Amino acid sequence: MNPTDLAAPKALEPPVLGPPPLLELKNLVVAYGGVEALHGLSLTVGQGELVTILGANGAGKSTTLMTISGLLRPAKGEIYFKGQRIDLLPSHEVVRLGVTQSPEGRRVFGPMTVEENLILGAFTRKGQDLTPDLTRVYYLFPRLWERKKQLAGTLSGGEQQMLAIGRALMARPTLLLLDEPSLGLAPLLVKSIFATIKEINESGVTIILVEQNARAALKLATWGYVLDVGHLALSESATRLLNNQKVRDAYLGAR
Amino acid sequence: MLSHFFEQIIYGLTVGGVYALIALGYTMVYGVMKLINFAHGELFTLGAFVGFFFLVTLDLGSFWGPVLAISLTVVGVSGITALAGRLLERVAYRPLRDSDRLAAVVSALGASIFLQNLIMVVSGAKYRAFGVDLLPTTFIQFAGQSVPVARLFVFLTAVVTMLLLYVFINNTRFGLAIRAAAIDQGAARLMGVDVNKVIAVVFVIGPALGGLAGLLVGVYYGQINFDMGQLYGLKAFTAAVIGGIGNIPGAMIGGLLLGLLETLGAAYVSGAWKDALSFVALILILVIRPTGILSERVAEKL
Repeated sequence: MNPTDLAAPKALEPPVLGPPPLLELKNLVVAYGGVEALHGLSLTVGQGELVTILGANGAGKSTTLMTISGLLRPAKGEIYFKGQRIDLLPSHEVVRLGVTQSPEGRRVFGPMTVEENLILGAFTRKGQDLTPDLTRVYYLFPRLWERKKQLAGTLSGGEQQMLAIGRALMARPTLLLLDEPSLGLAPLLVKSIFATIKEINESGVTIILVEQNARAALKLATWGYVLDVGHLALSESATRLLNNQKVRDAYLGAR
Repeated sequence: MLSHFFEQIIYGLTVGGVYALIALGYTMVYGVMKLINFAHGELFTLGAFVGFFFLVTLDLGSFWGPVLAISLTVVGVSGITALAGRLLERVAYRPLRDSDRLAAVVSALGASIFLQNLIMVVSGAKYRAFGVDLLPTTFIQFAGQSVPVARLFVFLTAVVTMLLLYVFINNTRFGLAIRAAAIDQGAARLMGVDVNKVIAVVFVIGPALGGLAGLLVGVYYGQINFDMGQLYGLKAFTAAVIGGIGNIPGAMIGGLLLGLLETLGAAYVSGAWKDALSFVALILILVIRPTGILSERVAEKL
């Protein structure tokens, strides 16, 4: 043994500051068919938080969510969920660990009934009784109860959005990813859906909300991240972002 | 006259049941992978030859009697063709999953040629006769008509198999996952569905049904040939398109309709026009209603 090894100082460990964050992205680089969509994104989300990711079209918001869900593979970087590395896992393993998503464009299974869509949401919970979960979703979205035997493709846009969110709750997620839940919906409906998102968060589910409707999202969230073409431009509390002049100009419109 | 018509209907349903069984393999694979498995007809041929091996080469019937021998052969044929289908997917399709669609189609055609030649090399290019009458040659009376038991056997086997598949697809958890993967693979993955597993299962069920159809054709007509899968494959593909490719009940109905069309056409128009009629039907469907008769009625809302 080389005596200098013994003399080498021990590497400095960072001080431990309580439990690790629920989700941690480290220097995430994601490329889509040769074009880089994320250039080294790092962010953390704590247990029980409701955070929002803002940014213009093409900023990489949906890419971020799809990478967390395991549908896209990062070229570089790592994702940790509850301290476990998940960026190399297949998507169904990620769902099993407790990360679900209501994707952009809702993507409900049109030729299936509302209830079949919800049951599919609980696909990873093999052999478990789904009655309490169905009841909870129907309680959150009574419209779905009225239409449970109807084909999902015949629902209105708003109802499909409710179904997409309800479906993502069926797996009893720890972390819920919501991609543009207000897109194309009437203002009144947006209000009601956002109220439900708040209710879901208060029941203990951590939420990452990607939104075009930045003002509403920041009013709901505790923390906000602003993406700018694949980079993290800002990471601040939602109230500070609401009052940030640059954010106001870029995302909140003149009011 | 009426009895002649009735006979043609029974015959049409028999042939149609076979088409439907094969068509299910095309439609299930297309539904999940958006790929026409051109080697499916050869899996049908393989089923016929495996059946020949069990029933004639090994002559299981003389050891165990026809009922046990046929049951065992059904299990053997479905098992071996399922295994072949699984292997086909791993070797010819999975490596190309993320590449151009055309590459997978070319690979499918290559696999078809390879399998057909493999069967020819192993078993010879000549016709093989089952020889023994495995199916009873008796008739039963139904609605005042005589129905050959052999035809009934083929038709009922096809119908029972299809009903089992229908129940599996519509009433089980995994069946739901298969349907979901066929509608939107990405969304199915977000639900926690392992799409690789779905594809594997589809490549087990489809070939098993195709192989079973090959066995039925073998024992019913009594002779098989290494390229029999070509015409049957094309017909079944036609049936799948008529019903709406990717649609499981569509393949069942499309198969039965095509069988009826072909037999009635052969009986009342001309036997020589039998195949032409099928492909005219294919062209008409593609021109008039390319999504098939049972295509999705639900408009996708975005």
